[in-house]
This record gives sequence, C-alpha cells and structure tokens, in this order.
Amino acid sequence: MAVVFEKPHALTSAPFHYCPGCTHGIIHRLVAEVIDELGVEGKTVGVSPVGCAVMNYDYFNCDMVEAPHGRAPAVATGLKRAKPDNVIFTYQGDGDLAAIGTAETVHSATRGENITVIFVNNTIYGMTGGQMAPTSLPGQVTQTTPYGRDVNTAGYPVRVCEMLSTLDGVALAQRVAVDCVKNINVAKKAIKKAFQNQIDGKGFSIVEVLSTCPTNWGLSPVEALDWLREKMIPYYPLGVYKDEEKGARLK
Amino acid sequence: MGERFLMKGNEALAEAAIQAGCRHFFGYPITPQTELAAYMSKRMPKVGGTYLQAESELAAANMVLGCSSAGCRAMTSSSSPGISLKTEAISYMAGSDVPALIINVQRGGPGLGGIQPSQADYWQATKATGHGDFQILVFAPATVQEMVNLVGKAFDLGDKYRMPAMILADGMLGQMMEPVEIPDGSDLKLPEKPWATNGHQNKREHNIINSLYLTPQALEKLVKERFERYEIIKKNEQMAEEYLTEDADIIVVAYGASARVSHSAVDLARAQGIRAGLIRPITLWPFPTDALQKAAQTAKKFLCVEMSMGQMIDDVKLSINCSKPVAFYGRTGGMIPTPEEVLDEIIKLGGEK
Repeated sequence: MAVVFEKPHALTSAPFHYCPGCTHGIIHRLVAEVIDELGVEGKTVGVSPVGCAVMNYDYFNCDMVEAPHGRAPAVATGLKRAKPDNVIFTYQGDGDLAAIGTAETVHSATRGENITVIFVNNTIYGMTGGQMAPTSLPGQVTQTTPYGRDVNTAGYPVRVCEMLSTLDGVALAQRVAVDCVKNINVAKKAIKKAFQNQIDGKGFSIVEVLSTCPTNWGLSPVEALDWLREKMIPYYPLGVYKDEEKGARLK
Repeated sequence: MGERFLMKGNEALAEAAIQAGCRHFFGYPITPQTELAAYMSKRMPKVGGTYLQAESELAAANMVLGCSSAGCRAMTSSSSPGISLKTEAISYMAGSDVPALIINVQRGGPGLGGIQPSQADYWQATKATGHGDFQILVFAPATVQEMVNLVGKAFDLGDKYRMPAMILADGMLGQMMEPVEIPDGSDLKLPEKPWATNGHQNKREHNIINSLYLTPQALEKLVKERFERYEIIKKNEQMAEEYLTEDADIIVVAYGASARVSHSAVDLARAQGIRAGLIRPITLWPFPTDALQKAAQTAKKFLCVEMSMGQMIDDVKLSINCSKPVAFYGRTGGMIPTPEEVLDEIIKLGGEK
C-alpha cells in the first residue's frame, strides 16, 4: 500500500504530553518535517526550553540539550561555536524567551548568532498554571492578573519580532500562526527558511508562532482558536518583520 | 614549550587552558580576572579558537554548558559576584553530567564587596555552587606554576568524572608575576565523549543532555549514583602539600594565597625553635581529609588561616573529628594576613621552643 502520511523521522515515537487543543504538537511536527526535508537530522542539535515544551528532548530524534530557563540562545551559542557546521535550533515559549531570557534573546540576535529560534507565543505561562506572561494582552485575565492585565501596573506586552527586527544581526524575523491550514503552510515555509538561513550562514533567524493554550485560557480548543484570531492576531500582526541577506546587513 | 616565562597568574591560567586543549572561552568583564579574558581575546583567534564576550555571566556560563555539551573543552572565568551568576549553569552542568572549567579569581564580598584578594567564596565553591545535591571539583593553587598545572588537571578530571571543575584562585595569585613553564599541548589527545550532543550523524540514537527528572524515584537514583562517583573521587583525588608536619606540634592549615603567608610564618616559627608545620590543601573538594587525619595523630593543635571569617575551618575540624583543638586566624574584605600576624597566633597557641 502506498504511504500517504507518516510521522516525520525527526520525531520520536514518544506520545506528546500536550493538552487537547494546544498547538505545540503542530509546531513540533512542522519543525520535524523541515529537518527531514533538509536532511539535517544527523547534524542538528535542538535546545529545549523551560516551560510546556521542556520535555521535547524526548520528542525530537536529533541530539537535544535542555537549557536553564531563558538561556536556550546562550546554550545554542555554545553548541554552534563548538560545531559551526551543525544546525542548532532553540524552541522556546514566551516566558522563557521574552521575560527571563530577554537578554540572551536580544544579544544572540544582535551578534547575528547563526542559529534558528522557534518562539511559541501563547500569551501565558502554561506549565506553571497560567500566570501573566510578557506577551499577555492588555486586559487578559490570568492567574496573576485576575482582574485583567492592567497596563498601568503590569505594563505592556512585548512584541518580539518588531523589537528584534531593528537589530542588524537578524536575518529573519517572521510571525506566523497555526490556526488553519493556510497559516500552517505559511508557518512551515517560514520555519524552513529559518533553518535554510542557518545552513547558508545568514545569521539569526526567529519564527514567532502564535499558539493556543485552551487549558489556561479557560476555553475549548475551538474557542481558543477564535480567541487567537480575534484577540491575538490584531495585537501581534502576522507577517515578515525582517528578511535580509547577511552581506547586506554588514555593509 | 620547555622554556620558562615570567607571567601574570591570570595570563598563565589562560595559556595553560589553551595548552590543555581548550579552544572556547566565554567571558564577561570583571576585576580582578581581567587579564585572563584579555589574554584569551588575543590568543584564541591565533589558535583557531573562540573568544566570546557574553552579555552577562549567566549567558557566558550557559554558553559553556552548550559548548561542553557538544564535547569541547570550554571554560569561563570570573570573580566572586560573577560566579554567583554562573552558579545557575554550574548546577545544570552538574545535574546533566557535563564537564567544564570555571575559574574564580576571588575578591572581597558579600555583594559588590571589593576588588582586593579574598578567600570568602570557599563555602560557595565547596558546599553550594548552585542549588541541589551536587559537588564540583575545586582546586586551590598557591603559585602561578601550580595554577598552570591545575588547569590541565581540572580539565582532565572534569572529563574523567563528567563534572564541572573550578580553579579557586584569588586576586593576589591572579595579579602576581612568577616564572612558569607551560606544558606544550600540541600532542594532546583529548578523551572521546560518546555522550556529547554533537549531532548523531545517523549513526547512533540521539543523545540528550538534561537535568530534569519528574519522577522522584528516578531523580533520587541518579543523584545517588552521582554521589557514589563522588566517593570514588574523595578516595582517589585528594591533594595536599605537607610542609614540616612530621614533628610539628602546631600545624597551620591554609590554601592559596594565605598558604604562602603561612609558609613564611612556619619558617619564622621554626627559626625561633617552635615546631610548626603547614598542611596546604590543593584540592578543596575533595577535601584532603587523609593528610589532616594523619597529622592529627601527632600534632597537638591546628591553626586554620584564611582570607575570610573562617569557612574552611569547619572542614578541618570535621576531617580530624575535632580530636585536636583548631584555632582560627583570618583577615577579610581584601586584607591579606602577614607572616608576623600568623606567627603571633602560632605563639599564642603555646608553640613550644
């Protein structure tokens, strides 16, 4: 019988532990498909974050390192400087990348560190039970903003791609979503480009993937996708924020 | 090299690391380790290595984690306040069985403290270089030549036992110049690291470097196995210098810079006919309990001398099961004891002529 659909080789057979309706599973698959298509599993090393995706070292078939919270880009920098021909990616959530790891994110980006960053933004700390994240929307109710995020006391969300797009070291900064087939296809292309950029030595590439957290948003999976479209995308517009050749940047 | 050079301690540490096969240095500026990073920034490009000035000590130490995970000999250096920040990555490396070299050129503390030499990080280095149940190897050189020798040893034992190693120096040793001979590392054979995350090349299962174990039974088992390894290290890797201890009534115990001072004090005491001796721990973890236990059989009293308010003294007392009195003399905050001050303490203990 002809095989029409199968698990990417870059994914192990371990069952995902993610909640129903969470889009981590889709994003993992896209990353794995890209690793397969580029034929780089054997020289790829992934860096796991602290957060819901912490155990993805069990899900990806390439070598994996589990980093301290927020330090994935620093760990990735060490891995890349050790073996520049290897393909190094980090997979990080919003708390990891945009709060505790902001310095590592910004400086690996501005160094033009030749790595790929998959940034999953679901506007909440999922693993610890739904606290306010740096990307929580104004007014958003979380465990630690029970009356809604008050920007007068809790400040404003961080728009990571916009911020990083100002840095010379960044080759690609693109925001995508995985809420529908069309957007999933766009997301896959972006992730592939972020990996291809690294192979081509173009420098730091980040793909921000807007993601859902039905459990901590208190919504059903379908409602969560609606919330993502109605609330998140207007605040975090999808699109390419930076896409440059390294040669052009360095002039 | 075979030749002797006059080198600053900090620079000798750096060159020794290069000769020990280290090609990746991740740093962040701090006094008084400055010359080490500066030397690396000059030398690494010439030997095809990497010098990277990180955005923080946190980042530098985590870059070491990544680089060591890939199987390279990687290092970072700092001084006391910076080491506090590196303890995050050190704990993760210990919990993931990843070797690395960390150099602490100690200065006064707590807080921002001062920039003069100190030994106030003994507790941090030997008891809690981060959270959790773990130890790291800790070496305490007392001369520039010994700094050189111990860098190679720290890399070797770190690789052998798969754990971080620290050179616990201080601002005095880092800044002083002495003649040194640096071993030529051009024929160095580095050990294989089949556990490294350097890409499986489709030839093996994927390797995972990780310190997360959500099942308490699994975590306990792993930590216990690690502590079994620590017992082997305690048995095999203790290092100490014994100076005039055989007939000594009073034995001074001191490491690093304070051992140099104490060495002179012992000479002054001997010149007066006082039977004093010195035990100088070279490994602070594992602590050289064997040397102290042996000395406790004949010595009458011990005097622990440190550039702190007294941190190693507990290990001295424990090593000899408090079987003999252990006095303490220390200066702190960047103050360095003089041989005369230490001599006075030896005399106070009733050192007999």
